[in-house]
Amino acid sequence: MATTADTGIAPADPGSAVGAPAERREGRQKVTGRARYAAEHHLPGRAHAWPVAASVARGRVRSVDASAALDLPGVIDVLTHGNAPRLAAPDDPVLAVLQDDRVPHRGWFVALVVGETLEAARAGAAAVRVAYETEEHDVTLDAGHPGAHVPEEANGGHPARREQGDPEGAFAASAVRVDTGYRVPPLHNHPMEPHSSTAHWDGDRLVVHTSSQGTTPVRTTLAAMFEVPEERITVTAEHVGGGFGSKGTPRPDVVLAVMAARHTGRPVTVALHRRMLPSVVGHRAPTLHRVRLGAGEDGRLTGVLHEVVTHTSRIKEFVEQAAVPARVMYAVTDSLTEHRVAPLDVPTPSWMRAPGEAPGMYALESAMDELAEALDMDPIELRIANEPDTEPDSGKPFSSRHLVECLREGARRFGWSRRDPRPRSRREGPLLVGTGVAAATYPVLVSPSTASAHALPDGSFAVRVNATDIGTGARTVLAQIAADALGVPLDRVRIEIGSTELPAAPLAGGSSGSASWGWSVHDACTRLTARLAGHTGPLPEGGLSARADTTGTADADSPYARHAFGAHFAEVAVDTVTGETRVRRMLGVFAAGRILNARTARSQLIGGMTMGLGMALTEGSTMDAAFGDFAESDLAAYHVPVHADVPDVEAHWIDEDDPHLNPMGSKGVGEIGIVGSAAAVGNAVHHATGVRFRELPLTPDRVLAGLREAGV
Amino acid sequence: MDGPHHSTATRDDVRHGRAAARPAADGAGGAPGDGHSSTTTIEVNGVPHTLAVDNRRVLLDLLREDLGLTGAKKGCDQGQCGACTVLVDGRRVNSCLLPAVALDGSAVTTVEGLADGDEGTDGDGLHPLQRAFLDRDAFQCGYCTPGQICSALGAIGEAAAGHPSHVTDPGAPPGRPVPLTRDEIRERLSGNLCRCGAYPHIVEAVEDVLP
Repeated sequence: MATTADTGIAPADPGSAVGAPAERREGRQKVTGRARYAAEHHLPGRAHAWPVAASVARGRVRSVDASAALDLPGVIDVLTHGNAPRLAAPDDPVLAVLQDDRVPHRGWFVALVVGETLEAARAGAAAVRVAYETEEHDVTLDAGHPGAHVPEEANGGHPARREQGDPEGAFAASAVRVDTGYRVPPLHNHPMEPHSSTAHWDGDRLVVHTSSQGTTPVRTTLAAMFEVPEERITVTAEHVGGGFGSKGTPRPDVVLAVMAARHTGRPVTVALHRRMLPSVVGHRAPTLHRVRLGAGEDGRLTGVLHEVVTHTSRIKEFVEQAAVPARVMYAVTDSLTEHRVAPLDVPTPSWMRAPGEAPGMYALESAMDELAEALDMDPIELRIANEPDTEPDSGKPFSSRHLVECLREGARRFGWSRRDPRPRSRREGPLLVGTGVAAATYPVLVSPSTASAHALPDGSFAVRVNATDIGTGARTVLAQIAADALGVPLDRVRIEIGSTELPAAPLAGGSSGSASWGWSVHDACTRLTARLAGHTGPLPEGGLSARADTTGTADADSPYARHAFGAHFAEVAVDTVTGETRVRRMLGVFAAGRILNARTARSQLIGGMTMGLGMALTEGSTMDAAFGDFAESDLAAYHVPVHADVPDVEAHWIDEDDPHLNPMGSKGVGEIGIVGSAAAVGNAVHHATGVRFRELPLTPDRVLAGLREAGV
Repeated sequence: MDGPHHSTATRDDVRHGRAAARPAADGAGGAPGDGHSSTTTIEVNGVPHTLAVDNRRVLLDLLREDLGLTGAKKGCDQGQCGACTVLVDGRRVNSCLLPAVALDGSAVTTVEGLADGDEGTDGDGLHPLQRAFLDRDAFQCGYCTPGQICSALGAIGEAAAGHPSHVTDPGAPPGRPVPLTRDEIRERLSGNLCRCGAYPHIVEAVEDVLP
């Protein structure tokens, strides 16, 4: 458990709100059930709609027979590509639902049944008969797939391939070499609230409540697709039941809800069923890694080669940038980082918490552990020996980098010095116990945002920004930033977020929310403070206001390489009889700039580590070669960690004073918790058993087979 | 995508099921005589409601759609996540799995009703466990939270009544209250998923309210 007494931060200045463990502003609403999510807007006359998903992996819809569905009581209408409103082509092809007869993958929506009730819509969907013209499909990724090619760029705009020096030659000439491979399966975001939207046309005005990480981009998308000016569209996301990347872009539910509302003239809610999510909300694409590390006898890296093969769909190229962290982590002059992608007849992959870094650092940090073993060197000392002076790939100086401090502080807290480095050295009856370490990194991202701040005659302040709180505590943190910029107590600040009626702001993603929104909030409040300083007498009835737009500043090029770093430690017990691996404790120490709220930051870090525990031990999806869908499509088959899997998780941080970030000095904490955590668990399993497992998740069947094979 | 429950809730099934055993109720729904709905009386948070309920409707949808009590959440709609957990006659249930018409005469407590219950409040209108969730930051997105809270209260009741769990010492005397250690809490709450990973803080919050 996290300790609340030990926050690991310096005491806040008197009157300083930023950094304090302020309670979540929407907390009462959430614990009393009053917080309303997207499907919970009971508009008069609201109808419910249920999508029909394609049951073939590739082909065309030959016909849709909706007659039986339309005969059912309570069914209002059935939308298909034959009668649905025609929309302007979206930038994101996954949103072009019911626009043509093409089925690019199994689970693609081919019809939508609108009913008076959920039951009527669902029964109607079951009664729709769809005939298909099927085509041969290919959904199976392997490293030698003939369609695999090096794309122009990977997710995040990273070059798909970077080569420095002579990596092959340097590796071949290295005194100690590790040449190894890892597999990370498809993973599903599965936020607890399935993707849902409620749409309502009020004359020529469109009002949408949607479960999204950012409603400003949702509005832009809807305006383009439905050819309605943005000022006639309101999109809200007051409370969002998690997203983890899958709600970072609009999803088909919002397009279908708006379409059905226009078609029927009724408010319509589309709440996707859990089983639909893997096909239509993105997934973490599988990654096949080859990692080669060459080093001298002293442990100094002489060559690093990280090559990744992944898949994307036929309709959109998304390339999980898993080799990118190798461009950041360790000092080496000869390196190759390359992505290849094979377009398959699969659902379109997308962002899942720390895309790129999460699978990439699993592979790189597992390989570092293998190298430490080959060198007979402590894995922490190996990492410290390869600490770079500048970012290896770009040559830029780091704005701040405290990985070594994280490793040392984590080792101290975890009790690393008491570890017997020999594998299989701790046995408790049938259990083998081991510990492992891995590093973490995540880039500092930030986007331009606008915000406004208002001083009201009653002495309170209203701060407005279309931020989204997907569980991060955005309201609370932004109020803290505002209070300090205004120089007033926290309780004088009211914060409004979650609606496109507010100043436009970027989405909650890339661990950039607090930095992006907070920057504009800080600037608006700073300007307002200046205005107030120049004002004499009582405030006018309407108060005083100031606005800020960080375009040109937040997105200005930085001469620095800006990343958060961290170190993960894990202790596991592996049952040699059942093959079951249990995590006993996890401990992370992070250097993520200034921590804006000790309470909510800790929760996010622990949450990321917990998702990493799942990635290591329980989570995995498989693409069924025959049927072309994910075999693990619901929460009974896709195992997210449960209470009993998560015993003791501690997150700490070290002070970091980095002037090259933003006015708050923050780096973001939403994703770094997952990065490297799976490697720490895997490395602990190796330490426990002496067996190296290279394919996630480390389920009992795999572990038991590995132990048997090794004679353990 | 078809859900898994369709075949279990056709009108014929319901006719031959419990609803049909109460002919006075059958056909008294929104469309009288259509055989699709049954008059059902359910007490929710102390208030009795008599409704014409679609025979296919589960308790979760009755709460959310008919009564506007959206505190119970729909996370999976098939009994796998626990977000819909409420208390029926004092016992925790996945309300997405219970046909509402089968609950005629039952008393339901949802998260909205906790602070008004017998256990009292902490003086600021919250049940002590709700207060503990705030104090411990035992949630992030909040979507699993009502289910976690209701489930924890159910689990505390079960342990007090002597119900063992998978991790209870098999040698413990049967029927005696089971002390809720951290392992017991974790085991008993494992039907309530939290994707934000608030588990350690949830366990602390539950510990805070143990007698």
